[in-house]
Amino acid sequence: MRILSAVVVALVSAVPLHGQEALREQPADQQILHALNRLAFGPRPSDGQKVRAMGLDQWIERQLDPSRIPDEAADRALARYATFGQPENYLVRQYAAAQRERRQIRADSGAALSREDSIAFRQRGEQLRAVVTDLQSAKVARAVASERQLQEVMTDFWFNHFNVFIRKGGPQPFYMRSYEEGIRERAFGSFRDLLGFVAKSPAMLFYLDNARSMADSGRPTLARIRPMARRMRQGLNENYGRELLELHTLGVDGGYTQQDVIEVARALTGWTIRPPQEGGGFIFRPIMHDAAPKTVLGHSLPGGRGIEDGEDVLDIVARHPSTARYIATKLARRFVSDTPSTALVDRAAATFTRTDGDIREVLRTIIQSPEFFAASAYRSKVKSPFEVVVSAARALGAEPDPTPRTAGAVALLGQPLYAHQAPNGYPETGDAWINTGSILNRINFGLAAAAGRLPGLSATNAPIGAGLSSAPREQQVDAVVSALLGGSVSPDTRAILLSGDHPMIASGAGLQGLAQIVGLALGSPEFQRR
Amino acid sequence: MQRRVFVKSGALALVTLGLSPSFLRRTAFGMELAGAAKGKTLICLFQRGAADALNLVVPHGERAYYALRPSIAIPRPSLRAEGAAIDLDGFFGLHPALAPLKPLYDRKLLAPIHAVGSPSATRSHFDAQDYMETATPDRKATPDGWLNRLLAVEGTCDECRAASAFHGVAMSSQTPRSMQGSADTVAMNSIEQFTIRAAGGQAERIEALYRTGSADLVHGAGREMFEAVEMLRAANPQRYQPRNGAEYPRTDFGRRLLQIAQLVKADVGMEIAFADIGGWDTHVNQGGATGQLANRLDDFARSIAALVTDLGDKMDDVVILTMSEFGRMARENGNRGTDHGHAGAMFAIGSAVRGGKVHGRWPGLEREQLFEQRDLALTTDFRAVFSEIASGHLGASRLDAIFPGYGDRRSEWIGVL
Repeated sequence: MRILSAVVVALVSAVPLHGQEALREQPADQQILHALNRLAFGPRPSDGQKVRAMGLDQWIERQLDPSRIPDEAADRALARYATFGQPENYLVRQYAAAQRERRQIRADSGAALSREDSIAFRQRGEQLRAVVTDLQSAKVARAVASERQLQEVMTDFWFNHFNVFIRKGGPQPFYMRSYEEGIRERAFGSFRDLLGFVAKSPAMLFYLDNARSMADSGRPTLARIRPMARRMRQGLNENYGRELLELHTLGVDGGYTQQDVIEVARALTGWTIRPPQEGGGFIFRPIMHDAAPKTVLGHSLPGGRGIEDGEDVLDIVARHPSTARYIATKLARRFVSDTPSTALVDRAAATFTRTDGDIREVLRTIIQSPEFFAASAYRSKVKSPFEVVVSAARALGAEPDPTPRTAGAVALLGQPLYAHQAPNGYPETGDAWINTGSILNRINFGLAAAAGRLPGLSATNAPIGAGLSSAPREQQVDAVVSALLGGSVSPDTRAILLSGDHPMIASGAGLQGLAQIVGLALGSPEFQRR
Repeated sequence: MQRRVFVKSGALALVTLGLSPSFLRRTAFGMELAGAAKGKTLICLFQRGAADALNLVVPHGERAYYALRPSIAIPRPSLRAEGAAIDLDGFFGLHPALAPLKPLYDRKLLAPIHAVGSPSATRSHFDAQDYMETATPDRKATPDGWLNRLLAVEGTCDECRAASAFHGVAMSSQTPRSMQGSADTVAMNSIEQFTIRAAGGQAERIEALYRTGSADLVHGAGREMFEAVEMLRAANPQRYQPRNGAEYPRTDFGRRLLQIAQLVKADVGMEIAFADIGGWDTHVNQGGATGQLANRLDDFARSIAALVTDLGDKMDDVVILTMSEFGRMARENGNRGTDHGHAGAMFAIGSAVRGGKVHGRWPGLEREQLFEQRDLALTTDFRAVFSEIASGHLGASRLDAIFPGYGDRRSEWIGVL
């Protein structure tokens, strides 16, 4: 069966995208822009030409296979973050040592900290902050600079699907980088493989408490419980089991019961993390594992087994028809429309099932669908705050910002990175992002960026301004519309952009005038869409 | 700029651009509304970090309290010593730094609620705040906060719901968990910042971009936003003077409450306001009548007292409710501080509140009376208080939708209203 599906995958992959054009409603130039807005974080100044020269289908194929794309720009951007040079187990050990030290100092002195101790504490605090801000800044820099745009889009998608919260406390911040890197490596691979990676990641085990879930008292375990451990027993924790079904695989109406949640949680007992002083990392602890038989979604799992219980559960949920539908719906919502058609979801789900959860193939089905390049799809999605900021930086031709400032702008727009508290992740639909306050913040972001008040995004130094500082307003408007608004706007919008010489409005000459137009464009309704 | 001038010049600009000034009818709406909103307001104040309830509302009649807290207990009022508890009813007293709240208690505006909190046994700040803000203990996947659900499923009057961008306002840079969800809410650091930050006619031109084109989601929100900005401008925040001699502390919390008072008085249709105050995680050197906790309480109490004074008669339509994710251990720890505990305390304040009385059944502090033999036990589910106020003050009727898994349990209400 497996071999057969591998053959099918190979055959399907070999089918080129040519011949799809007939199904596409959008004109050729619009298709390129559309693809750059959906499969990338928006166009940079010369991207349209590059894609045209390469051929759109060729470009899409390359994006679907990121290992073929050299990415020095992203490597250069990432080399600036000091904490990225430190391995996770080192950072986690450091954290454990600091915790130990803190307890020791408290126990010794009780009251006042010595000067040296308080300096040491402060330095630890700064290091922790650096881990967080490096992650946030790097996410923005990478999305701005990487040539592997679709890989970054997919990494963002999957991270959000398997959301974890950086401020959960404890060692959580140190578990984040390897988590995201693991997701990135598997972003186009097999869903079961991705799911297994997540299930064993310290980031998820800690966030949804599976690390501390153990057999309820009275249940047999795989090893005799020492008296010490008996005292610390807390019992089953259903958090991860529930979200695995509700958010990661079947979906809330996917056809499972509360009893299934409990059985899944029981199957996953013992999936935990090594202590921080040992550097963290996944470990299966037989002593915590509920070894009694279980029934998960109608499948019987015999008693007396260990880690196989959890692996079987992941197999069962990854292949469940509800999962195919749920993942297909989410991908279609991300790439096509807030309300994707049933027909599109059906086709994507069928691909998921046929290929045993091959993410690249599901994605190919979606991108090749008539719905993807439908006229109604153009600019129909509202950008998330992250997409607003990254697409602005790219359109302005800004260099990736090594400081946390640009990531800070994303947070101010309502999407602090790695900091969505609940496991459902940030919303994927426009109505959740657009309201009175958020529109105001987006407009002010655009004005600040255009006026050079956001150093990481300065428009005045960007290629868009080159040679146009003393050009007539009309020419400046054309350049801005081309770079930021996809080359065409309504006559009303154009009239307003041109209205710099209006007596009501202080006339802007030269660069200042250009910055005005950029500010208007970034704050416009059109720029809020992709 | 006066509103009329704005309307005129904005219209002129658009007419000259060849655009229809049909939006003018709509912009007048904000002004009409200003006099129309007659709704009730709930102001929620979150003490993040787990405030030590036993030193806020001190059970000075409880012998065990003094045995458990040899170095940080607040002395009995009978001692009349410097820093003694301020007696409320012969058994409970307020921390001396809460003195500004005592007159509110005496005027029967303020009701302390004791041994109230979340039935969840978690001692994680993150989880407990999440559970309290979603009002779904032990359920992490709840997508929205309870205050947002309250706004989403019902309001106090149709007119203010439909028209005001400010029916839910968080005075914070980001929307707190309580306010996240499908209903539109606004988060702002300050009223002054709720404006288009540009000069030279840029704001008017951006407004024109949103006034033209299709009336879709983005355009619609933009148009509402420009009306909301105008509405706040009309409230003239720069000129605001607190009334009745109210003096807000010059702290973040004080400034946020001052701005909430402004919004209440500006009649912008605000039904829910939210602010938070941190610094309650007092593991080390908590202090007694003075010190770390006392300093936080000083800011907390003076800010709230100023808000109540400033609002004056408006307190007839306002309820203030304070909360914290859990209480702290009954016994002090080895660092003259307290570790994470279980049940806590709240304050409800307003003319509608049955003040002048400490609410909630007191479970006692003897070892066998404590939760897990260490923390103040829970006798009132926080959702009993939330739902009583949602129903009694804001007129909410769909408690099943606002409090999923809890719903309408009048038998658990404690009669705080």
